[in-house]
Amino acid sequence: MDSKRPDRRRFLKGGAALAGSLTLGAVKPALGQTPESGQFIKGTDEMIAYGDRSRFVTSKRMPHPPGGRESPDGFGLVFHVAAPLQDSVGMITPSSLHFVGTTRGSYIPDIDPTEHRLMIHGMVDRPLTFTMEDLKRLPSVTRPHFIECAGNRSRPQHKSVQESHGMTSCAEWTGVLLSVLLKEAGVKDSAPWIVAEGAEEVKGASSIPMAKAMDDCMVAYGMNGEALRPQQGFPVRLLVPGFEGIFHSKYLRRIKAVDRYYMTYSDYGHLNREPERAALGYQIGPKSVITFPSGGQQLPGKGFYQISGLAWSGGGAVSKVEVSTDGGRRWMDAEIKGTAYRMAHTRFGLTWNWDGKETELLSRCTDELGQVQPARAQVAEFFNARAGSGFSVPGQDNSIQPWRIASDGAVHNAIT
Amino acid sequence: MAPFTTRLLRLLPIAMLLGGVTLAQSQTYGLGKTPTAEEIRAWDISISPTGEELPPGRGTAVEGAQVYQLKACSACHGEKGIGGPAPRLVKLDAKPGGDAWDLGRILPIRAPYATLIWDYTNRAMPLGAEGSLTADEVYALTAYMLYINDLISEDMVIDAKSLPKIEMPNRTAFAPLPDWKPGMPRLPGYPH
Repeated sequence: MDSKRPDRRRFLKGGAALAGSLTLGAVKPALGQTPESGQFIKGTDEMIAYGDRSRFVTSKRMPHPPGGRESPDGFGLVFHVAAPLQDSVGMITPSSLHFVGTTRGSYIPDIDPTEHRLMIHGMVDRPLTFTMEDLKRLPSVTRPHFIECAGNRSRPQHKSVQESHGMTSCAEWTGVLLSVLLKEAGVKDSAPWIVAEGAEEVKGASSIPMAKAMDDCMVAYGMNGEALRPQQGFPVRLLVPGFEGIFHSKYLRRIKAVDRYYMTYSDYGHLNREPERAALGYQIGPKSVITFPSGGQQLPGKGFYQISGLAWSGGGAVSKVEVSTDGGRRWMDAEIKGTAYRMAHTRFGLTWNWDGKETELLSRCTDELGQVQPARAQVAEFFNARAGSGFSVPGQDNSIQPWRIASDGAVHNAIT
Repeated sequence: MAPFTTRLLRLLPIAMLLGGVTLAQSQTYGLGKTPTAEEIRAWDISISPTGEELPPGRGTAVEGAQVYQLKACSACHGEKGIGGPAPRLVKLDAKPGGDAWDLGRILPIRAPYATLIWDYTNRAMPLGAEGSLTADEVYALTAYMLYINDLISEDMVIDAKSLPKIEMPNRTAFAPLPDWKPGMPRLPGYPH
């Protein structure tokens, strides 16, 4: 390409008069910015109807956990799917790249929305059944919220941020607040819990505190400006902002107001022996991760970089993100890009001049409640354990992710 | 739906006259349809720890062993609940000095309430034909799972009355749940 550049420059400088007599096709592209004839993307009916990305953009999801057991039963089905956070920009995950958690290995119910119903019943004055049309007539809210799987846990063998952190995503959700539906049904004050249930094959159900249900839970039918994707619960799902992923019931078909914790199968999976561990089981803690530079990426050499990452918390909005470029000795406040919404991914950045020497990059999130993202060693100390390779952060793992930059620019997971 | 909405709008002035608590809790939007009692019963597959939603029916472990073969449960869960590709159904060996928690994350032993075994079997089994078992079959399979975990005898009748009374070893072995409130940190003082 370099050899063609002078030709083109000469042509551009001296050839104004000739230009009219030459077709564009005769001009070789010099900078890769001027497509040759025949290199245009054809405006097919499909592309007109529903656009696609460039063939040069190949970012994609992958099964989770990587290379490990595919599903908890031995049937070899893909159980979970992780989002490519290393390629992400901004705070929204495209619907096509949003992580997927499943109950039993990628069975996706094919639901006709005109047939779907949501029933509200139990400890209510008036049980009610809503059609999708009913739900869309009710007053709506639109909010960005992350959803994160409780199993989103960085391990030493994870090579990329997709493997270590890809089970979180953030979308703009549209729907009806659950409180509107519960009030409409006349929910009784004496009901401290709800059970939310999906219509998929196992009809997954979770007990959720009424305080949460009435606070900010959303019955969502919209995602990133269009209908939910089937993998995200089409035609309607529950959003339980800031709670572990399993609470966000997809294919929502039933809400039952109840007088106690109902101990569903999903609830049973949350049981813990120790109260400290049980307390870490619902709400996701303050968490952040640097997505560039991150594991598996290669820095071309020393010089200027913008470190970029995502921060979020189940406790509310991110109030501060700090980044260390020297393994945690000094911390600098990162820039919050745009608005830090409550229970939403928040993009942060920090300018950095790499001197070419080996170092470690870390990020640390503080949320509006003053909760601070801990280092693994701090969590281990709290639980009187050693932070070695056998240590697993209790509850949802929100510990600080270290990335080691080798002197050759290669980036590695520095969790030990 | 239209007749219902119309009816509701007609009732609205009367509700307003009556006032009081009922008025405060009236519908605001008049959308949605009132399900019949039968519709609710058909949809409501949530079984509480005390089992009030359990349907009529009965079964024993002897019958359950037959259902286990008939429905090909063994193809996934192995002969007698061990050795298949799907999760194991028989407790692990007890550790010396250990407690119920050590018996494994195995539903018919770790479930704090036996009603949960019924609930999950009813809603989620068998693979590919979920929800197809009859109430008697679910009672029988539940009895079988309790039996192979040494929790009941082979001939004990499991029904809506007896099931909630089964004493599960993990009943009190788990920590109480946090009382979640908006704006609450996960664990005060955590991690340091």
